[in-house]
Amino acid sequence: MPPPQASVLLDPIVRHNPIAVQILGVCSSLAVTTQVSTALVMGLALTVTLCLSNVSISLIRRHLPRSIRLIVEITIIASLVIVIDQALQAYAYDMSKRLSVFVGLIVTNCIVLGRAEAFASRSAPWPSLLDGLGNGIGYGLVLAIVAVVREVLGNGTLLGATVLRRAADGGWYVPVDFLHKPASGFFLLALLVWGLRTRRKDPPEDPAS
Amino acid sequence: MSGPLKTLFDAVFVENLALSFFLGMCTLLAISRRVSTAIGMGVAVVVVQTITVPVDYLLHRYLLSAGALGWAGLPDVDLSYLSLVSFIGVIAAIVQVLEMALDRFAPPLHASLGIFLPLVTVNCAILGGSLFMVERKGDFVDSVAYGLGGGLGWALAIAAVAGVRERLRYGDAPRGLRGLGIAFIVLGLTAIGFLAIAGLRVG
Repeated sequence: MPPPQASVLLDPIVRHNPIAVQILGVCSSLAVTTQVSTALVMGLALTVTLCLSNVSISLIRRHLPRSIRLIVEITIIASLVIVIDQALQAYAYDMSKRLSVFVGLIVTNCIVLGRAEAFASRSAPWPSLLDGLGNGIGYGLVLAIVAVVREVLGNGTLLGATVLRRAADGGWYVPVDFLHKPASGFFLLALLVWGLRTRRKDPPEDPAS
Repeated sequence: MSGPLKTLFDAVFVENLALSFFLGMCTLLAISRRVSTAIGMGVAVVVVQTITVPVDYLLHRYLLSAGALGWAGLPDVDLSYLSLVSFIGVIAAIVQVLEMALDRFAPPLHASLGIFLPLVTVNCAILGGSLFMVERKGDFVDSVAYGLGGGLGWALAIAAVAGVRERLRYGDAPRGLRGLGIAFIVLGLTAIGFLAIAGLRVG
């Protein structure tokens, strides 16, 4: 049994992975997974946002009136995302072009507000930071796995370097065009969820569906 | 077909926010177990979207875009980097008002939507609708049509997925695939179906 703080950090990475187990933050995860590099940057941007927003919301949790908490939380998150977006535009312009609106859509990523509501608004700053870090890494991990499959099998490359030589370039591999379609992201996620839930001893029963 | 009507049609069928751009997935997955709640959620999104997109349009046109403050004697000011936080503020405020109104006038609906009504605020489809509206560079009527169409398209998608998932209750999916996993597969198949509609060009 790991100490509680370690489990706050480690649980969301595999056991309670935010995408696979809680149904959070799927939207932007699919759009940026055609390439591994965009997926990694997206995961990093989300992790930073999540840590900072969790800590700041945890710091003001005792002074935050319940009736206006949503607007305050969202404003904090949106300001953090604007900072990250501007930083990306300043230091990694190409990457920010490729991520386009999806960095902005971190604001509406359910993980960020979900963790703020469920964890940071009732915990101390340090566990909140760990919770943000764990959830961010768990999210990035799922993005990276889906992106690796889509880039390697859909393009024959990994992080831009050729892994499987395409038939068009004189190699043998014929890329699977379907993996460029967003729908393929759903099937990959479904397989991932299936794997994770089968491995766990206590898959949550879902009588309604 | 042209003008607002075409915008409306395109937003519902061709550029469906849920199934072509994959926005609003969290809410869509969480609420699509029963058709009745799904339709309630869809109606909420239609209402919020139809209000927020035109409001955000006015905000962007007259306060935030480059040169928009010309009427105030500040033609060189470009506040467009503030659009994200202002759009979100507008959306959050409207959602909270809607929540209070539902609580007062339709308690059963309020009870069944539960925690997910506040999550309309973080529904990417709502913010995405406003962001796409800025990229469209249309006029006010266009933004109304786009907001209504985007909401209707999303409602259509969640109702369709809920219809399939309701029947899936009788299906015998593998244990680990039940619930979330099979829902992803249903969504993928629905998305493939909509690829066919996205190929349609009308007028």
